[in-house]
Formats: sequence, C-alpha cells, structure tokens
Amino acid sequence: MTDSKYFTTTKKGEIFELKAELNSDKKEKKKEAVKKVIASMTVGKDVSALFPDVVNCMQTDNLELKKLVYLYLMNYAKSQPDMAIMAVNTFVKDCEDPNPLIRALAVRTMGCIRVDKITEYLCEPLRKCLKDEDPYVRKTAAVCVAKLHDINAQLVEDQGFLDTLKDLISDSNPMVVANAVAALSEIAESHPSSNLLDLNPQSINKLLTALNECTEWGQIFILDCLANYTPKDDREAQSICERVTPRLSHANSAVVLSAVKVLMKFMEMLSKDLDYYGTLLKKLAPPLVTLLSAEPELQYVALRNINLIVQKRPEILKHEMKVFFVKYNDPIYVKLEKLDIMIRLASQANIAQVLAELKEYATEVDVDFVRKAVRAIGRCAIKVEQSAERCVSTLLDLIQTKVNYVVQEAIVVIKDIFRKYPNKYESVIATLCENLDSLDEPEARAAMIWIVGEYAERIDNADELLESFLEGFHDESTQVQLQLLTAIVKLFLKKPTETQELVQQVLSLATQDSDNPDLRDRGYIYWRLLSTDPVAAKEVVLAEKPLISEETDLIEPTLLDELICYIGTLASVYHKPPSAFVEGGRGVVHKSLPPRTTSSESTESPETAPAGAPPGEQLDVIPTQGDLLGDLLNLDLGPPVSGPPLATSSVQMGAVDLLGSGLDSLMGDEPEGIGASNFVSPPAAAVPANLGAPMGSGLSDLFDLTSGVGTLSGSYVAPKAVWLPAMKAKGLEISGTFTRQVGSISMDLQLTNKALQVMTDFAIQFNRNSFGLAPAAPLQVHAPLSPNQTVEISLPLNTVGSVMKMEPLNNLQVAVKNNIDVFYFSTLYPLHILFVEDGKMDRQMFLATWKDIPNENEAQFQIRDCPLNAEAVSSRLQSSNIFTIAKRNVEGQDMLYQSLKLTNGIWVLAELRIQPGNPSFMDLELSLKCRAPEVSQHVYQAYETILKN
Amino acid sequence: MIHSLFLINSAGDIFLEKHWKSVVSRSVCDYFFEAQERATEAENVPPVISTPHHYLLSVYRHKIFFVAVIQTEVPPLFVIEFLHRVVDTFQDYFGVCSEPVIKDNVVVVYEVLEEMLDNGFPLATESNILKELIKPPTILRTVVNTITGSTNVGDQLPTGQLSVVPWRRTGVKYTNNEAYFDVIEEIDAIIDKSGSTVTAEIQGVIDACVKLTGMPDLTLSFMNPRLLDDVSFHPCVRFKRWESERILSFIPPDGNFRLLSYHVSAQNLVAIPVYVKHNISFRDSSSLGRFEITVGPKQTMGKSIEGVTVSSQMPRGVLSMNLTPSQGTHMFDPVTKMLSWDVGKINPQKLPGLKGTVSLQAGASKPDENPTINLQFKIQQLAISGLKVNRLDMYGEKYKPFKGIKYMTKAGKFQVRT
Repeated sequence: MTDSKYFTTTKKGEIFELKAELNSDKKEKKKEAVKKVIASMTVGKDVSALFPDVVNCMQTDNLELKKLVYLYLMNYAKSQPDMAIMAVNTFVKDCEDPNPLIRALAVRTMGCIRVDKITEYLCEPLRKCLKDEDPYVRKTAAVCVAKLHDINAQLVEDQGFLDTLKDLISDSNPMVVANAVAALSEIAESHPSSNLLDLNPQSINKLLTALNECTEWGQIFILDCLANYTPKDDREAQSICERVTPRLSHANSAVVLSAVKVLMKFMEMLSKDLDYYGTLLKKLAPPLVTLLSAEPELQYVALRNINLIVQKRPEILKHEMKVFFVKYNDPIYVKLEKLDIMIRLASQANIAQVLAELKEYATEVDVDFVRKAVRAIGRCAIKVEQSAERCVSTLLDLIQTKVNYVVQEAIVVIKDIFRKYPNKYESVIATLCENLDSLDEPEARAAMIWIVGEYAERIDNADELLESFLEGFHDESTQVQLQLLTAIVKLFLKKPTETQELVQQVLSLATQDSDNPDLRDRGYIYWRLLSTDPVAAKEVVLAEKPLISEETDLIEPTLLDELICYIGTLASVYHKPPSAFVEGGRGVVHKSLPPRTTSSESTESPETAPAGAPPGEQLDVIPTQGDLLGDLLNLDLGPPVSGPPLATSSVQMGAVDLLGSGLDSLMGDEPEGIGASNFVSPPAAAVPANLGAPMGSGLSDLFDLTSGVGTLSGSYVAPKAVWLPAMKAKGLEISGTFTRQVGSISMDLQLTNKALQVMTDFAIQFNRNSFGLAPAAPLQVHAPLSPNQTVEISLPLNTVGSVMKMEPLNNLQVAVKNNIDVFYFSTLYPLHILFVEDGKMDRQMFLATWKDIPNENEAQFQIRDCPLNAEAVSSRLQSSNIFTIAKRNVEGQDMLYQSLKLTNGIWVLAELRIQPGNPSFMDLELSLKCRAPEVSQHVYQAYETILKN
Repeated sequence: MIHSLFLINSAGDIFLEKHWKSVVSRSVCDYFFEAQERATEAENVPPVISTPHHYLLSVYRHKIFFVAVIQTEVPPLFVIEFLHRVVDTFQDYFGVCSEPVIKDNVVVVYEVLEEMLDNGFPLATESNILKELIKPPTILRTVVNTITGSTNVGDQLPTGQLSVVPWRRTGVKYTNNEAYFDVIEEIDAIIDKSGSTVTAEIQGVIDACVKLTGMPDLTLSFMNPRLLDDVSFHPCVRFKRWESERILSFIPPDGNFRLLSYHVSAQNLVAIPVYVKHNISFRDSSSLGRFEITVGPKQTMGKSIEGVTVSSQMPRGVLSMNLTPSQGTHMFDPVTKMLSWDVGKINPQKLPGLKGTVSLQAGASKPDENPTINLQFKIQQLAISGLKVNRLDMYGEKYKPFKGIKYMTKAGKFQVRT
C-alpha cells in the first residue's frame, strides 16, 4: 500500500469526493483525505478550494494530522488570507502547549504563513518563544524572526525583535547561536547598511566556541559571519585562524570552503616571516585537493574557487598539479575548469607533464574541450618561455592530424606565440600556409592573415595568398576584413614595387565599397598615411609591437582581492562581485582584504577596512583614458623604431606616385576632405594607428606627438608629484620631477595658481644638500601667473653648490618666493639623476675594485616581480647610465655585472642576479658594493624605479 | 536561503515541488530545461544556472535532477551539499531513490523535506534524528498503523537534537552489541599508453555500523596513522585528540555512518594492483582494425583480484566488433559504441584476454581519438595504502561488544589510455 493511491481519481470529481472525506467523523478517513490533498498539492494541482475543510481538521491532538494541515496552510494561506485568520487561534494556543515540539511547530508554521493580517497576531507568541526555556523552541523562533522580517521588516524593527535576536548570539546553546547568526545574516543582506552583526572580540569568542559544537550547517553560517570581521591585529587574526583550521577536516565541503575563506582573508594580516604563516599555507592544500574527489557538482564550485585561490596564492597548490588532470568521463564543466587551473599552475618544473596531458586531451571527442586544450598549449608556450619550443612542435603535430577545428585553434594560438617570441619560430610558417584552405572560422582566418602580413618579407607568395583572400572580401567577417586591410598595407610597405595594385584594391574595397565604419576609417587612415608620409606610415604600421604576456586572462588584482572575500559564494562561481549581479542592486557593501596590522601599532582604527576601497584607490587601478593613451603612445611610438626616419627613397617615391592620384580623386569626391571628421569614431581593433582616433584632431597631431615623445630617450623620469600643495602656500601649487638628459640635470616644475590673485616675482633657492645640487639659472616665469593658470618650467641644475650631508641622503630643501610670500618644501630626488654618462668601468678595473672593496660594504637587495628579461633590464638600465660590463649565465640564471658613477665621483658596483621567479615576472637579486655604503640604499631605490616603470 | 526544490526526471517532467518560502512558479525551470537541452548528456548540465531573478542549483543522481531555487547570495556548496543530503536521506528511508518510489511515498517525502528545512534553513538533516521525527515506512508499520490508527510521525521531541551529541539518539538498546568497521579504499588513476602512471591517488573511507547500547565512547587507533594527513571526519570525532595523539575518539551515532574519509595524494607512491596490455590499431586503408586486451595482476600483496570489468567507449566510426574472450562475457552496444567485458576473477597462471577485430563503418576514416579503457575491480582483505587499524576500545559502558574490521580495495576512476 503506497501513497500513489492518493492520486487515483473517481468519476464524481476529485474535489467533491475529498470534501466529503475531510468532513467525515472518522479520524482515519480524515487523515487519509488530508494526505490525498497534500499529494495533489505536491504535484502542483490546485486544491485551494478545500481550504475551510482542511482548516477544520487542524484542531486535533494527532501530531501527524496537525503537521499535514500545517503543510497545507503554508501553501495556500496566501491565496485565502481571510480564511487563514480562522487558524490563528489554534496557533496561539499551540504556542502555549506543554510539549516544546508543538510550541516550536506552531511558531515555525505561523512564520511561514505569509499573510500580513496574521503577522500581527504572531508578535506576542514569538516574543515568548524567543525567551522559551527550551532551546529547541528558541532556535526555531530565531529563524521565525527572519521570516517575519521578510514579510514585514518595519514590524520586526518596531517590536524590537532584532535586539532580542542579537542577544541570542550569546545564548548558552550553540544551535541557538548558529540559527541567530543565520537569521541575522539573512536580515543583514537586505539591509547592508544596518549594523546588525556588530562583531567585537567578545562576540567573536562566543561564535568560535559555538563553532565547535553546532551542526555542520550552523558552522557554515558562523564561518561566513566570521569572515566579515576584521581582527584588530595580527595576533588576533592568528588566534582566530588557529581555532578555525580544524574545520578544514570537516566532511561537509561547504564548511571546508567557508573555513578556507576565513583563513585566506585573515592570512592577509599575518606576516610572511611568521612560522605560522607557512604552517597555514601547508594546511590549506589537502582540504582543497579533497574537495576534488567529491561529487562533480561540488567539484565545479570548488574548482571555480580554487581558480581564485591559485591566482591569489599560487604557492598553496603548486605541487598539486596532478589532481587537476582530466578524467575522460568528467562532466564537461569540470573538464574546462580543470584545464584552466592546469595552465595557471604550469611552471618550468611541471611543464613536460602538462604538455603531455594537453596533447592527450587534444585527441578527445568533445569539440569544446579539444579546442580549449589546444588553446591551453599556446598559453603554456607564452607562460613558460623554456617550453615554447616544445609547445610549438606539439602544435605542429596537432596540425598534422588535419582535424579541422584542431588546426584552426592551433593557428590562432601560434599567432600569439609569434607575438610573444618574435623572430624565433617563423620556420613553421610554411606548414601553416599549407592549411590555408581548411580555415573556415573568422578567428583562424584573421590569425593566418595577420601572420602572412607580419612576415610578408619571408613568405615568397605572400601577395598571392593575400590576394586569394581578397576575392571574397565582402563575404568575410569584419575581423577578417580589418586584418586583411592591415596585412596588405604591411605587405605593401615591405614590398612596395610588386604590390601597388593589391593595396590600391584593398583600400578602395575598404573605403568605397564597405558600409562598416571601422573598416572605412581604418582604410582612410592608411590611405592618408601612405599618401602624405610613407615614412611615418612605416613607423606606425610596422612599429614594434609590445610583447604580449600570458597574464592577460588574470583577474584584475583589486577585483581578485574582493572575490577572495567572497570565496564559497555565488560571486566566486561567477568571478564577479555581488554588486554586479545581485538582484535590485541593494547597495551591496564592497569587501576588501584587511590590511596588515601588527599588534604594536594597533591604535589605528581597523573598522575602516571593510568599508570598501575609497574611490581614490580605484582611480589608480584603472587609468583614465588620457593616461592610457599617453602610455600607449609611449609604448608604440616612443622608442626609436627599427625603421630609421630616412627610409629608402624608393618607398617614398612609390608611395607618392601611387597614392597621389588615388587620394586626389577621393578628395574630389568629398570637397571637405578627409580631415579630422573622418577620424573621430574609434575603430574597434587595436592597431597602433587607431590610437590617434580618440584624439579627434587628425593625424598631424599624432606625428607631432611622435617626434616629441621620440626625443625623450634619456633616463627614466618619474611622473610629476605634488611637492607643495596649494593649501600650504596661499594658493600656489607646485608639482615637479627631476630629469637627466645628455649630461644635464633639470628640475621640471609645474606651477599652478589656485589663488584669486595674480602671482609674480618668482624665485627659487636650494638649501645645502648631500650632492651640492643647485639651480644653474634663476627661475624664470615670464609672465605673471593669473588665477587658475598653470605654467611649466624646466629649471637646469648643477652639482657645484655647497655640500652638507642630509638625512635622508637624497633630501632636498627648497624655498620658493613670489609676490605673496616665501614657501618652503622638501622633496626626495631619485639618485639616478646623478648617474653620469662616463660611468662605464673597465672590465679588469671592475674585478679589481670589486675585490678591493671590503665585504662589509656589500649590501643586498631584492627586486620582486620585475616584468623584464635580462636584455631588457640591461638596456633599460643603460639609458639611465647604469652600464652592464659583463654578463654570465650560471645555472639558468642570468648574472649582470654593472657599474655606475655619481656626480661626485663615487663609483658603485653591482651584481644583478636574475631569477625567473613567478612565471612572467623575474625576481632580481641586487648586490651593491661601494666605498660609501650609505648610498647603496638609494641606488637600490633607483634600480627599482627604473625597472618597474 | 533555499527557496524551493523541484524534482525533474530525465524526460523533463517536474514530478515534485516543495517550497519553503513563498511559492516560486515552476516556469522558472524553463531555464533549466534550456540548459538541459544544450548539454548533450544529463551529466553535463551545469550545476549553477542563473535566471533573471533566481539561481538554480542542481545535482543529478539516480537519473533525477534535484533543482534548488535560491534568490539571494547563498553559498552554492551549502545548497549542493544539502541536495546530496536529501538524496541520501531518501535512499536511507526508502532503500532506493527513484521516481516511482518517491511518488509512492510522496507524503513521507513531503514531511521529511519539511523537517529538513525551515524557511530555507537546515533544521534536521541527520538521519538518526529524522527517523525519530518521521518513521520510515515499513510494511509492518503500515499494517500496524492501519489497524491501530497510530501514525508514523513521532510525538516525542527528538532528544538528540539539542544534546551535546546531536548525532546520537538516546536510550538505544541492543541484545547483541556489535561494532563493525569497513576500511574501503578506491584507487583513482590514469595510466598512459606505455603503462606508466600519470596520476594515482587513493580515496579511502572508514564506514561503520555500530549497534551498541547506551552511550559508548570509542577509541580507534592505527598502526600507521601518519598515512592519514588529509582527512575529513564525521562531526562525532574529537579533533583535538586526533591532533595531539592521532587517535580517533568518538561517541558514535547509532547505526550506519561514515566515520572518516581520507585521501592519499598523488605525491605518495600509490601501488597499482593491475596492469592492462592493449593493442588497438586501425589502418588508414582498411576498414578492419585490431583489438587485443590482456589484464594481469601487479602489486597485489598476494591477494586475488575479483569482480573485474573492463569497459571502453569506442570511436563513433566503429560499426561492430568481433571478439573472443578467454574468460567471462563481453558485449558491444552498437548504438552507444560501448564495449564492456565482465572478466570476473583474475587467475595469475592464465591471464584473461579479449581479442579480435573491429570493423569500421564503410567509408569512415580512421578515428582521431583513442578509446580509453575503464577498469573496475575489487580486492578483499587489502587496504592498498597499507593503512591498518591497531585496536578498538570502548569506554563508558560495561558490556563487552563484538568488534570487527574489514578491508577492501576497489577501483575508483581507473582509466587506461590507449
């Protein structure tokens, strides 16, 4: 006899029959009837018509029947509010029942009846139940407050239930504490501003005690609540961590992940030198690995979180690569996540294994997975330089399989490899070209065209290849069209004589026959460039491209820090902050990792930390458009590019001949010309030439800028910093920086008048300083500075002034006078402005001096995460007059021996050890030897500024 | 917290819905159906799906989707763990968890779900407590209930729920007091073409069946506790004692429960008890390929390997297979392209083999992918990690219990690439 009998119907009509049974005198029959009603309800049938009959069955001492009626009530009270009132009396009576089970059941059910009228009657019984002697009733009542808040928040506040709930956090029973925390957390979520969970060391202590004794679900609530607390110092953070770590061994994965969140967050406050820090790191790995042996759904959530953890602290799982290897019958969503993490963990040590695995995956059945595996091989090549060669050969093997989508994917990633390691693997181009015909996806076609254009000079039939693409130009996707346009222009610049016709053809296709504004704009820019200044065209189009790095897919650090605070939540699954997707944008509070505070300086108020990053900080992370543009221009156009300004005349002639007529005819069609107006809308794809677009003032500006930037090839110049704020100087604001160019030092000043009156009569004077810096000329401000006006002045300096040792060594005290007053400020100048041009020491001399300087004068420094390799480091330093004398390679590490000389004749010798640390960044170890050891610290700072900017 | 639960069968019918807060229209499941359609197989339906107003979190077990609906930021693992707990509870109550069984017991299911969550907050999820609140249906009880009119809802406050040992019922009495522990280890491994191990790890559990009177306090110690550096405990285990002495000390729940699970990671050497020799080859020119597999023992500590089955997903282009096994039975399903071979016990003197030809569909080219071989096996009386229980002691009660320990090693996800 099973419950399925409840579903059988009779001819008379189900409802009618049930009604009769519900009103039967026999208890048994009644109960059976209620069961039938419930059964219908569970499958979504509407049995609300039976409301009065079911409610009539409520007054019974049969617990099962009572529960069944309650189930029914909860479902239908909303649709029959007037009827529901009938039930209130029974509820109130049940709340007084001697049996705590009945009391709890009544208060629980009442909370679920989402009818406003009933809530008023609920308050009194609820108040009693919150203070009930039986903890089972109290914990049920705690949840009921959350329910009531959901229905009528104002009522809950007015009745003071929130305070009672807060009191329950100190309850003697851990279950009650856990439920109170859960209820408060839920209420707090809809009221992010209300300070409901006001945590202090005492309440934290209570929570930690309850944590050990409550149910697994309670532990999750308590841990999530703990994660919102900011300990006042590292000692408190450590003691909380110590009490939370046992949770890592819990069988419930949600408990484990919540514990991981607390630890990851509080770890931020611990000093890395602490023994405990290392212990904690070691303890985190096993539970994370264990999560991966759980059910696939749990694995998925765990993997999404591990992805964040690996980005934040790669050291935790760096030895656990193998657990992320994909099993062929993993669900696809698990496979893709594992693959992602494998790449993040890939390093020189394990790359061979990873590649073997990836190659294996590339022969699997699932197309999405195979594609991602191929892509992953490319990412490995870019990430681990030593493996690039092996990756390329693996990709070539895969191309040999001739499986269409594998080939296309491989070509897309090979393009990226070319961009990362230019002039290294071009020998494979021939193989790629063989597969030209099989490419049918836009991304692969675009990649292939890019390769042909970029290496046109090495591909004999580049023009034929590109021409073949040109035939179906209008059927191609925009991506391919843009790429084709650029590639042909590149080809033309490289082989002008043979490809005039081709370039003419593509330019007219792009500008005249196309409706796509991006394509037209790019077409016009090239056309104009080629016709007016082919040399410039060459500089722009064939400019050296910035190398790509593998970290492009990393989550931006501030977002990552915020997401770490949300480990285990939906935000961590979507890798988006809750503010990005939570319903209705209820003003979610931004979370941030706590700053490191040691107990010795604990007076600072820690409460400010969770309030989220101030807006100022965010500005630093996302550069404003102007900055970005400037940076990009520097990057692309700044360094002297390979093509010398004086290009061969044949190019010049060819271009002018060819394009003069074309452009003329074009101009004829549009009398207004193709001046500024055509360049306003920024094209989508990122090609150097596009950078001019947002500037809105046409190309001439662009080139002015190029030449301007190009000459600035001296030592590193820091951005201007405010030295004298307007507030301190009656409206005069001074910001500035120091530069060194071709042997002369200058101080670049920017004076801004923020006062209401005109400023005149400027003069400047330096106090005596360590290196005798002094103005070489008086400060000349030609015109009076009117309000809100800014003037830029470059003040030449010499080093013949009087000398006095300052503290710190590079301190410079400056006095500035104007018609209003005299103002004083001090600034620190970077030491590298004092590095002279003849600082290159002879090799023998270097060795002798190195030995000669006593060892106690040697100072060692670490420069972490330098984004450059040995050559780049060396050339970058050279431009700031730090000269590399010798280079050695010891056990895979590059060693540079360098020398520099200060203006006062002090020599500094350096040994720079470059260790590939973190995949893309190098760790540098700098040993400095100098007869005046006090300068070492400042030389090190100079190194760091030069290398990191 | 958890708003609603929908149970959906593989045909896409919602056959049960339960709401813990206001009613969420079942049309929300349309987003789930979309995802289901997009995924080629039921296993591939993503476990977290977002809809404009809700999130759907699902688990797929016993060919049923358990779809939870949440509205606010709730830890997804919490929801998924809970869903698995629901499935476990159903299985515990009804023996099997399937659509017909759930439909047959719909009222009990409903009552149980109501007890498990209150307003979306977990209430009672321990099966010991649930069974006190709502008695599982048995044939006898149904008969008794019909005659006496009593119910299967307990009217006692579940005493365990508020005690310091919430997992144990009080007043337990047995005439035969016994405690059995099963140490079961599963080997997850990937073996590459050449037979070397790509990755191997052991997932171990100690499952217990404890039927002891009163409030026994047990301690279990190991010969080599150092093997257990990555463990997850049942809440009853006293963590401090483990940290300091490496002894499991606990008051057990009544009945069956998982005392601990552990993980021996890939970094330690894991012994692989079997090997597979294989030769599967296709030729470009011919539509016939060769197929040959031999299974043999390796590092079994003298124990025999039983219950061996071999299965492999053949490439799509395979039409049929003509194979002869030296022992056991084999089957090739031409629709799913799944080859399975039930080997049985391995006799080291005469190794089992399966040999023959594979024919490809006419005109099909040589398959790109290599089939992976999936292996199942069992080894009795052996814990492959070497874990050994030293002794089990009982305190707090006077009687002398009967104790037993069993060991077993099984294949978990054991895959051999070809």
